[in-house]
Order: sequence, then structure tokens, then C-alpha cells
Amino acid sequence: MSDRPHPILVGVAALVYLFLMVPLVIVVGAALSDTTYLTFPPKGLSLRWFENIFEISAFRRTIVTSLQIAFLGTLIALLIGIPAAYALNRFRVELPNWLGTLFVLPILVPEIVFGFALLKSLTAGAGVPIFAALLIGHTLLVLPYVVRVISASLASFDFSIEEAAISLGSAPVKTFFTIVLPNVRAGVIAAFILAFITSLNDVSVSLFLTGPGISTLPIQILAHVEQFFDPTVASVSVLLMFLTVAVMAVVERTLGLTFLAK
Amino acid sequence: MTQPLDLQSISAHYGTTKVLEDLSLSVQAGELVSLLGASGCGKTTTLRLIAGFLSPTTGSITLGGRDLTRLPPHKRDIGLVFQNYALFPHLSVLDNVAFGLKQRGLGSTERRKRAMGMLERVGLTPLADRSPGALSGGQKQRVALARALVIEPPLLMFDEPLSNLDAKLRVDMRVEIRQLQRANGTTSVYVTHDQEEAFSISDRVAIMNAGRLMQFDRPEVLYRRPANTFVARFVGFENIIPFKVTARDGAAVAAETAGMTLHLSQAGFGSIPDSFLLATRPDGLAVSTDPDAEGLPAQLGLRTYLGRAYQYQCETPAGRVVANGSLTTPLEAGTRVKLVPVPEQCTILPAEGAH
Repeated sequence: MSDRPHPILVGVAALVYLFLMVPLVIVVGAALSDTTYLTFPPKGLSLRWFENIFEISAFRRTIVTSLQIAFLGTLIALLIGIPAAYALNRFRVELPNWLGTLFVLPILVPEIVFGFALLKSLTAGAGVPIFAALLIGHTLLVLPYVVRVISASLASFDFSIEEAAISLGSAPVKTFFTIVLPNVRAGVIAAFILAFITSLNDVSVSLFLTGPGISTLPIQILAHVEQFFDPTVASVSVLLMFLTVAVMAVVERTLGLTFLAK
Repeated sequence: MTQPLDLQSISAHYGTTKVLEDLSLSVQAGELVSLLGASGCGKTTTLRLIAGFLSPTTGSITLGGRDLTRLPPHKRDIGLVFQNYALFPHLSVLDNVAFGLKQRGLGSTERRKRAMGMLERVGLTPLADRSPGALSGGQKQRVALARALVIEPPLLMFDEPLSNLDAKLRVDMRVEIRQLQRANGTTSVYVTHDQEEAFSISDRVAIMNAGRLMQFDRPEVLYRRPANTFVARFVGFENIIPFKVTARDGAAVAAETAGMTLHLSQAGFGSIPDSFLLATRPDGLAVSTDPDAEGLPAQLGLRTYLGRAYQYQCETPAGRVVANGSLTTPLEAGTRVKLVPVPEQCTILPAEGAH
């Protein structure tokens, strides 16, 4: 066996990277164009379309809203999802199987149906304010990811480790924070990133829950494209991409992306 | 700090399934008692009840006069050693050992001093700063042992601690465990399915089956004088032959089974009931080709080579039995022989259903 990868493997890998990277390159290129319409390759180089994002107040507001919703929604989902995933794994034998399925339902239901159901029940039905409805919708949207990812992490956690700590005199709640959580940290980080990005990029659920005065960035992009064909859309897309990368970078800096190696 | 452990008529259920029935067991201070049995016999359940991870339906658990029955597990002060070591993967070896001391509010200097002292006793000083993931199975189990011992618990419990180690290391480790336990004089409960391990390491062994205690005694007694057919078969009395007493003359007793009369002395067995079972290991039946020998008539079946003897599957009027014959004269299948019980290697059990 030689250590050199097979030429076909190298070729396929290169194609995959190309397939993933080219659209990004095109979007970045289009965003830098000096023209008033979308084009690639860019004609002239300019940052004016990036400036333009911040000149349109709707973009400014929706970027803030999107970040707030993504951050708070992910946080709430983690607060619900971590204990839920723990209980589902710790008491797997005792708990009925359907309970685990319950937490995956928002993924199984088509998002468009899910969004419509939330509109009917929250906004139209219970009269929940738009921001709160968006927050609830996004929390429910990302909860399955949180529960699944942390469950996967807990599945390989040996609960006799927890019992060992308890037998050594550590109270159960304290044990959860000092022993269980540090050992599923990678799963929590992965869940955070996945949930945050899912929320930030969501269209279908937000479509139903946004309303007068409050919208999210992806919905605003859609609205903008319907009226204008200037490169602002491309520059917003680049911004969204960089937000995603920034989230991962910040998480990597503060907590470490060790889960990528596992 | 060594204390006696007392279990009083413990019953336990998983849902509606009864897993332990009326178990009473007293472990003396400083004693090492093994719970021995096949999987599902209730030995691990018993350990988890004592540790507090399960609650008994009825009964009480006391340790040195302190009632543990309703005490949460983290207040029981019991050192536990697990089959899969259960080391904290995110802490160094030293921090693993010091964990229990930290829970007891000891300062970091004192923690370090005591943990290092304990690591030295198990010969792991050079590995103090390693991560548990970098250790071998035997080293991991030593860390687990150190972690349980360093808190100086009044009770130490082992849950199949050697099952994941290879055979050679298992023997070394059990000697090491026994030496540490003896040196500290810590009352210990040791769960295992390995008879040799239990017998070699324990002061007394509790043999369990289907949630019940079958017999609780010193290994020597269990090995030579099992109290019932379950324990007899468990410790290798493969042949269990029913007899009826036909005559008694003082201490001498004559008993009969299909085709043979057996002469026994009451002195060797205590009282002999009118109807009893004679239990022997394969070595306890001498294979005799002498047609006049007073023994069980048998036809030899399959012969297997054990190294120290040949073993024969034998058909007799009393059913199938197993006997060992000498290496010098291998016999062919189909040979008709007499199987002569060797009284010193036999024991007597009450007939089933008679007690």
C-alpha cells in the first residue's frame, strides 16, 4: 500500500472543493463589483455595496434582530435541550421511546407547515408579539439539533463516571456541572454552532412569523431582491457568511473546536 | 475506621420484576466478602443498593450502626471501584485521585500530599500528571483503586474490577487488591462472576442465584461442603446421585441407588438423612475395570484429555455422570466399568424438596 492517495480520489476531492467554493467566490466577486447590477466577474472594485447595507435601515435593523433571535433562541434551546438530552440518555431504559422522538418532531414536520402552525397558534391565535413569536419559533426550530447533537455526545458518555463522582461525595447537581458537562463540552459547542447558524439562516419559519416593523436578515434579503437587482444582496450574503465564520471563530477561541477532531 | 455492614431482609424490584428477595447478609469489620453468581443473580443489584444508586423495596442497610437505607449516595461515604474504571477523562491522574478529597473540603496542598501518597502506594507516582486516556487497563484500575482508597472509606466495594484485564494481570491485581485491603483493614464487598477470583481473595463468599442468597460461608467450606445442589454444581460437584438409606449400624450407614450399595461413615458427613443426594466432582468417582468392585455400573462414552487425567462421560442407571480415569490406562468408549465413590471427595446434600 502506498501512502500517496489515488489520483482519482484527489480529482474527486478537488471537484468537491470546487463545487463548494465556486458559488462563494462568485458571491464575493459580485459583492465587490462597482456596477449597479449583479455581475461576475466584477467590473471595477468597490466596497460601496457593503456601505449600502448600512445605509438601508431595514438591513441594519434586521441584522440586529437576526443576531438577537439566533443568540437568545440558541441559548434557550440549550437550557431546555441539555437537561432533556441528559434525561433521555441517563434514563433511557426507564423512559418511553416516544419521548425522544418528541424532540425531533420539529425537524420531521415540513418547515413551511411548522411555520404556518406557529403563525396560527402564536401570532394569530394567542396574540404573541412578533419578536417573542420569532424567538419561540426559532427556539423550537433549533431544539431538535441541540437535543440530537448533545444526545450523540452523551451516548458515548459512561454514566458510571457520574456514579463514581457521586460515590466520592459530590452531590448530583454539582456532579452534572463538574463531571458530565465538561465531558460533553464538544457536543454542546457543536450544538451551539449548529443551532445558531440554523437560526441565522432560517427562511421558512421566519417567513410566517415576521411582521410589520420586525423582520430577520434572510427575509429582508428576499424582500430586497424582489425590488432591486443591485449587488447589495451579494454583499449582505457575504456579510451573513462572515457572521457565520465569526461565530465559529469566537467559539473556537473561547471554548476550542476540539469536537472537529473527534 | 473499619466498620461492619449489615443487610437486613432486603428485597428489590425493577418495575414489577423482583430482582432480590429477602437478602440478609452481615459483613464483619475488616472482612472482604464476595458476591458470586452468574449475570442476573442479583449481585450487582445488591452492590448498587448498598451504594445507594437503587432503593430497596423492603429491608434496611446499616454500616457501623449508621442506617444507610434512605441516605442519598453522595452522603454514604463508600469507596467504589468499577469494572470499566470510570475515571474522569477530563482530569489528570492526580486530580482523579484527589477528587474525593476535594469534596471533603481539603485544601489543595493537603489534597496533593495525600493523593501523591496514595499514588505511591499503588506505584503510579510517575504517571500523576498523565491523562487517564494514556494509561493501560491495569494502570487505570490502580488509579481507580487509589481514588477509592484515598478517602479512607469505612466500606470499599468492587464491581467486577478485573473483568476487563487479561488473565495474567487479573491474578496480579487481585493479589494487590487483597494486600491493600488487608493493610487498610477496610470492610469490603467484592462482586464477581469468577469463582476462582472470589475464592482466592475473600474471607467469605456469598453465592447468589436468581435474587436469592444460596450460601454464605468461607471458601473452604463452600468448596468442600456445599449446602444445596445449586452451590454443589456451581463449585464443580458435577455428579449428583440420589441414594436411600437401607441400614444403619451406629455410625455406619448403608445406602442404595440403582444397582449399588454404598457404605458411609456418619462421622465424615454429620447426620445422614434417610433420603439424600451424593455429590462428587469427576475426581470423586474412581473408574474401576474390576467387575466385582462395589460401585455404580456404567458404560463409558466420550473420552476427553484433561492433561492430568482422562475424563469420561458415563451412562449409568442413575443417569449421566462424569468421571476421571487414570492416564496410564485409557479406556475405549463402550467399556463397561464400575464407578466407585471416594468418600473423602464426596459430600451429602438433602434430597431436593425435602427441606
